[in-house]
Amino acid sequence: MTDPEIRIAGSERLIVSSSPHFHSGASVGNIMLLVILTLLPACLAAVYHFGLPAFRVLALCMLFCVGGEALFSKCMKKPLEINDFSALLTGLLLGMNLPPGTPSWICLVGSLIAIGIGKMVYGGIGYNPFNPALVGRAALLVSFPQVMNTWQTPGLDAMSSATPLQELGLLQQNALAGDGAALREFLQNIPYRDYLLGKMGGSLGETCALALIVGGLVLIALRIIRWQIPVFMLATVAACSALAWLAKPDLYAPPQFHLLSGGLLLGAFFMASDPVTSPMSRLGATIFAIGCGLIISAIRLWGNYPEGVSFAILIMNALTPLLDRATAGKPFGAQKKVVKNA
Amino acid sequence: MSKIFRFYGGIHPQEAKLASHRPILAAPLLEKYTVPLQMHIGAPAKSLVQKGQKVLRGQLLAEPGSYVSAAIHSPVSGVIKEQSSCLSVSGTQWPALIIESDGEDQSQEPMPAISDWQEADPALLLKRVAEAGIVGKGGAAFPTHVKLAPPEGKSIDTLIINGVECEPGLSADHRLMLEKPEEIITGALIVARILKAKNIYLGIENNKPDALKLMRDKAAHSALQPRGLKVRYPQGAEKQLVYALTKRKVPSGGLPMDVGCVLQNVATVYAIYEAVLKGKPLYERVTTVTGDPVVSPGNFLLRIGSSYADALQLAGGLKEEAAKIISGGPMMGIAVYSLDIPVTKNCSGLMFLSSSQLSQFQSKACIRCARCNDACPMQLMPSILSTQIENERFELAETWNVLDCIECGCCAYVCPAKRPLVQHMRRAKTEVIAKRQSEAAKKTS
Repeated sequence: MTDPEIRIAGSERLIVSSSPHFHSGASVGNIMLLVILTLLPACLAAVYHFGLPAFRVLALCMLFCVGGEALFSKCMKKPLEINDFSALLTGLLLGMNLPPGTPSWICLVGSLIAIGIGKMVYGGIGYNPFNPALVGRAALLVSFPQVMNTWQTPGLDAMSSATPLQELGLLQQNALAGDGAALREFLQNIPYRDYLLGKMGGSLGETCALALIVGGLVLIALRIIRWQIPVFMLATVAACSALAWLAKPDLYAPPQFHLLSGGLLLGAFFMASDPVTSPMSRLGATIFAIGCGLIISAIRLWGNYPEGVSFAILIMNALTPLLDRATAGKPFGAQKKVVKNA
Repeated sequence: MSKIFRFYGGIHPQEAKLASHRPILAAPLLEKYTVPLQMHIGAPAKSLVQKGQKVLRGQLLAEPGSYVSAAIHSPVSGVIKEQSSCLSVSGTQWPALIIESDGEDQSQEPMPAISDWQEADPALLLKRVAEAGIVGKGGAAFPTHVKLAPPEGKSIDTLIINGVECEPGLSADHRLMLEKPEEIITGALIVARILKAKNIYLGIENNKPDALKLMRDKAAHSALQPRGLKVRYPQGAEKQLVYALTKRKVPSGGLPMDVGCVLQNVATVYAIYEAVLKGKPLYERVTTVTGDPVVSPGNFLLRIGSSYADALQLAGGLKEEAAKIISGGPMMGIAVYSLDIPVTKNCSGLMFLSSSQLSQFQSKACIRCARCNDACPMQLMPSILSTQIENERFELAETWNVLDCIECGCCAYVCPAKRPLVQHMRRAKTEVIAKRQSEAAKKTS
């Protein structure tokens, strides 16, 4: 019962099993590996920009997540399933959500929370309602706010600096208090090329927009994720920020700034699109994505917090079961939609 | 012009049509034929012969056990050795007549040909269909004379001939269309006369362009309209085929006749042609024997009662060990554990899989990737249903339309977690139907 795949080599007896007898060859492990592969460009960009510390954080998170799942599986007396690479992926995504200077012990705590509370406690893969990496990140954010908000900008000497969104937030506060010159200067000189290539402060996975977009498009092309989620999430944020910017161009940043900054691209392509925690129907996924976009926009445009992608996704994760039931389609030939039980 | 639109969902497995270029080969006479008395849906046929009795080819061996039943005729001339039982495809036993051939292959006097079928009374034609013991040869084996006599109130305007053959590996219907096109057209027109249907379509998947072209040419001046269909499994499933050709949706829990349609497999209409115009009852059919381990895959005209072992021998036997033997196609066929099973009226294929084509695996939890929901041609949600069924919430499964499942296997085919989805559906359907039956019994008592 422990070997998940047993090859029959030279059958001594015939296999008599249920139809269908052909299989597409898809496997959970393959899907996870593909997602990891599409994240590699962004990882490489992170290591390029932030150096060895980036590698340390990513590697440790992956190690601790896989180890954590093995440990919890043993404690819960569940069969070991780390070979489906889902814990490895969770570790990678968690690492991508952390600042480059994150101490190793915080990586450990975050990983154990992500795997333990974000996933294992619900019964393992497939049963968790919340994105495990985001559960880890959210726990770290509220437990260690100092560390979790210590950013660096590549190129500058290991000085802590603000992320573009933090900087924008500060300048906006000053502008509202009366001094809007610095804000106008900032808005007119946004270094988009730097954002695309990753030369900006932020967590490891947030910086190189180009790598994230390329990886995300590959995921869509391979049909690993529903395209509705990143497309509608980005479109909603673009629309909301465009509205604000058009109304007050001296106070709000243009939509392209919002699309490239913060955890939006990472969140849209790799976090919100997690199949376990997002709705299964196309319509449900669309509503989910729009909801994420609205919450992100609300937090960024009006909230005190500079960034809200993690929280937006977690909130929409909570609504996923409801969205699934509300958008369950009509079976072929049925007179009415599926009756929803209480 | 091919109708590009097909239906919601479906998959495209490897076509594996190893035998589609092999012409139909008639099987030589065998020494023994084991004829099951149950090769159809409905009541078993009632034997009319005794042990030791001499019979001729085409002679009536057993009469229908009820209205929904079928007659059974001898495939060979010889002696009834005994009436006992034989192994069935599903592992149970069928009552069967064992006939020893006398080597003469003598036919009894055929029924009179109804050459004027174009003017004949449809009731007469229907009677001939029943007398010839014709059942659906596409797999379901439903007694055809019942299907062609829809109840009062169901008016039929469309007859659809199913030449789709969407199961990978099978090519029996393909070859039949290539080699007997005119007979199939005539058979279709006979059925249309019985039903008084106005539209007659013949659905053929685009991966059989030679058959499509030939049927179009031959049917150019008849009422039969061949239609090319996009290659997608399960295009040949009746609800999907009705939708693709007519845009009508068969209602949940209903039958194609509820939207004015009747479907017949090409082999069935060929049998109807033979019955009406040659007076020949149904005792043989074309079966594809195929698979990687098979020496010489082909399409063989087999008499009912031949064994799977006989069929395999015609295909040259196996060149490597087979790990799985499937009666039917790889998507919906039934895996069997013995070759000592007789070929029946609806056995369209015999497929052998080598061990390298198989893997045993452990099913995992559902990761909600929704590939199954996207693939389901009945637009059900297997991901949700399978979790309900795993937790034995069969009443929930009933609400979520599990009874509409056609067990095509698309969901299990795509599932990355390798969940046994079709088995879940079958289990739920059994439970739900049993519960409905017990509730109905309670009401009447």
